[in-house]
Amino acid sequence: MQTANATNRTPPKTVEIHIRRRATPDSAQYWERFEIPYRANLNIISCLMEIQKNPVTKEGNPTTPPVWQMNCLEQVCGICTMVINGRARQSCSALVDNLEQPIKLEPMSKFPNVRDLIVDRSRMFDHLKKVHAWIELDGTYDLGPGPRMDQDDVQERYAYSRCMTCGCCLEACPQYSEDQYIGPQAIAQVRFFNMHPTGKITRDERLEGIMGDDGITNCGNAQNCVKACPMSIPLTKAIYEENRETVFHGLFGWLKH
Amino acid sequence: MASNGIKIAIVGGGLAGLAAAMKIAEGGHAVDLFSVVPVKRSHSVCAQGGINGAVNTKGEGDSTWEHFDDTVYGGDFLANQPPAKAMCEMAPSIIYLFDRMGVPFSRTPEGLLDFRRFGGTKHHRTAFAGASTGQQLLYALDEQVRRYEVSGKVKKYEHWEMISLVLDDHQVCRGLVAMNLQTLELKAFPADAVIVATGGPGLIFGKSTNSMVCTGSAVAACYQQGARYANGEFIQVHPTSIPGEDKLRLMSESARGEGGRVWVPRQQGDKRAPSAIPEKERLYFLEEKYPAYGNLVPRDIATREIFQVCLEGMGIGGQNQVYLDVSHIPAETLDRKLGAILEIYEMFVGDDPRHVPMRIFPGVHYSMGGLWVDFNQRTNISGLLAAGECDYSIHGANRLGANSLVSCVYGGFVAAPAAIEWAKNVQRNGADGSAIYDGELKRQQEINDALIKQSGTENQYIVHQEMGKWMTDNCTVVRYNDKLQATDEKLLELMDRYKRISINDSNLWATMALPHARHLDNMLELARVITLGALNRNESRGAHYKPEFPDRDDENFLKTTIAEYSGEGPVFSYDPVDVSLVAPRKRDYSKSK
Repeated sequence: MQTANATNRTPPKTVEIHIRRRATPDSAQYWERFEIPYRANLNIISCLMEIQKNPVTKEGNPTTPPVWQMNCLEQVCGICTMVINGRARQSCSALVDNLEQPIKLEPMSKFPNVRDLIVDRSRMFDHLKKVHAWIELDGTYDLGPGPRMDQDDVQERYAYSRCMTCGCCLEACPQYSEDQYIGPQAIAQVRFFNMHPTGKITRDERLEGIMGDDGITNCGNAQNCVKACPMSIPLTKAIYEENRETVFHGLFGWLKH
Repeated sequence: MASNGIKIAIVGGGLAGLAAAMKIAEGGHAVDLFSVVPVKRSHSVCAQGGINGAVNTKGEGDSTWEHFDDTVYGGDFLANQPPAKAMCEMAPSIIYLFDRMGVPFSRTPEGLLDFRRFGGTKHHRTAFAGASTGQQLLYALDEQVRRYEVSGKVKKYEHWEMISLVLDDHQVCRGLVAMNLQTLELKAFPADAVIVATGGPGLIFGKSTNSMVCTGSAVAACYQQGARYANGEFIQVHPTSIPGEDKLRLMSESARGEGGRVWVPRQQGDKRAPSAIPEKERLYFLEEKYPAYGNLVPRDIATREIFQVCLEGMGIGGQNQVYLDVSHIPAETLDRKLGAILEIYEMFVGDDPRHVPMRIFPGVHYSMGGLWVDFNQRTNISGLLAAGECDYSIHGANRLGANSLVSCVYGGFVAAPAAIEWAKNVQRNGADGSAIYDGELKRQQEINDALIKQSGTENQYIVHQEMGKWMTDNCTVVRYNDKLQATDEKLLELMDRYKRISINDSNLWATMALPHARHLDNMLELARVITLGALNRNESRGAHYKPEFPDRDDENFLKTTIAEYSGEGPVFSYDPVDVSLVAPRKRDYSKSK
């Protein structure tokens, strides 16, 4: 966990921010520089809000306000993810005091760039469809409690349940690009549901979702994902476990039919 | 119009909206689901502590009646009692349903669901998944709704914002107009019924614990089209938040539920580090004043006490902050039960709360008020229903912690069958033609066009900032009539200045400026409802506190505030409160109930 105000250097008077911009999906990217007054405890979102109020570049030229996405501002919704000084992370929890200046903001590179810092991550939600990331309920009517569970198992599942579909793992993964590899987030959700006593019943459908051409075998074991995950989800463990499950399913799955 | 079957439009993809979507799809009907963000990123993810339900697995003799009594007592008897009771009765089955959906609720050694304590009750009644329960519950519903998306029952319109309702000549809701947030295209969506589940209006106060989508804009649009807005003046200020530049981050009540203690140094201006201040030199002001409930008094009371302590100069270093201390709790327990919230504190403040007491201050958190609904979640506009924080039912003058998640799901589960019922029996009045849709579309397009064209000297973000500051200063914890009056005058000034804003983005593709301008217009309307509702209510009840009228006045104000829109401002009237189940009694948390 990082620590704010870790450095003892005297605070700067201004914050310089370089933003990689794009007006529309089919126009070229370009950089713009901005400078705002320094205040203590600024995060990147606060800086962007400041620029948005009065969008003028460092050189003094009026420009369009940069656009980005934000919502919870507590690093739990995942929407404000962008590449900050070369690393994909949430802009709400990126504190200016911990960042080298000038701060460079870029949109994530693995997803279609809508405008400025906004990307379209709908593909990640499609992946969740593909791996049947849900429990097959008989119905939502009252059937009493679910299965009893060991707190240790719950805690392992809890780690996977915190995935906010932010895309940091995909941005960091050298194998991930459009349609070539489903990526760690979906595999971790397979693990999340396959560990559950009810989820296990439909385990095979999920495994088949990660056994196609874009499946789990594309993982190159770079282990970047687990380092990039802001929620510290054990993604490589999930890949290891599900790789095992898919191998067994590949070898013996036909016996069930 | 769906000719072969029923189509329900749901606006908002948080817990309430997704709960309704799941039920309607399960019933075999079609859902159009609108959300300004991908539904998995809705504000429900911010709920931390847990969800209440009197499952009574702790040998404490808890019951749904006790939950109900705690809820209406905590709400200072302003809630209509039948729906509050119905929610408490449904709560255990809601928790069990989430358990079956695979939510990783914390467990007891026997493998049963564990429950913790929360404010305003003496029972362990709150089921929890670490300290990120809202995130887990929302994801469970998101997953179930995705199932129905795959089977074709639910169609999602993410990054589409509801702008207005489509009403026919008989003031019946026939659908809605929504705006694509990339293209700014406006489109009319016919529906047999509309369920609004868009959450609270925290952004009216500038900074709050709410997410950035919580503008109340859709609800304000409904209000301006004739929907009644109830109890707007009841705004919950959460006692423990972390002040920030961009927002006030919530520090869950579960920190106190697990034994966290609120204190300040007994000696004013004590400059020692908290760990250097011995126990007897600490003022545990909640525990001293409220021996029966201690740190777990309801939020309105804890907030006022913290506010008062700081006002008297007793805050840490004379500032507006007090300690919330969990450092005496074993680190293993903290990591397991509160890990997620302690990480938030550490991430944004830099101190580790396992060793150093947190510094917190109250922050705007929740609106008890909202669209008026009957006991089936139906608004006064036929065909329009509401569920979740955006409706006024259940919580009265103050919401108990961990009752919001359950009320969202309850609201969605009641709204769904009510919407289907309406849709099955709706008299179409020959209104299936396109004229009403075209008319509303045109009206909204003209508003957008005018905003884009106008060039004035006012800055929309400055207008928003000023509104937030005035509302926070004058319309939150302590309210004075002269200041409320001045705030309303300020709001009128801001409304006038709004007419002279100019959209500062010449690139309209995926712009944030035009949607914000539309939100701002709507927020100003709701701000007046909140302010004038508070001005008119000359008593103190729950979250609404006026030093000039310090007592609850059942004779004159045991009634629901109703605001209706007019061109000249909100018109107020009052409805009786249904207190048919428990006779109102004085709240006193220094003693057990």
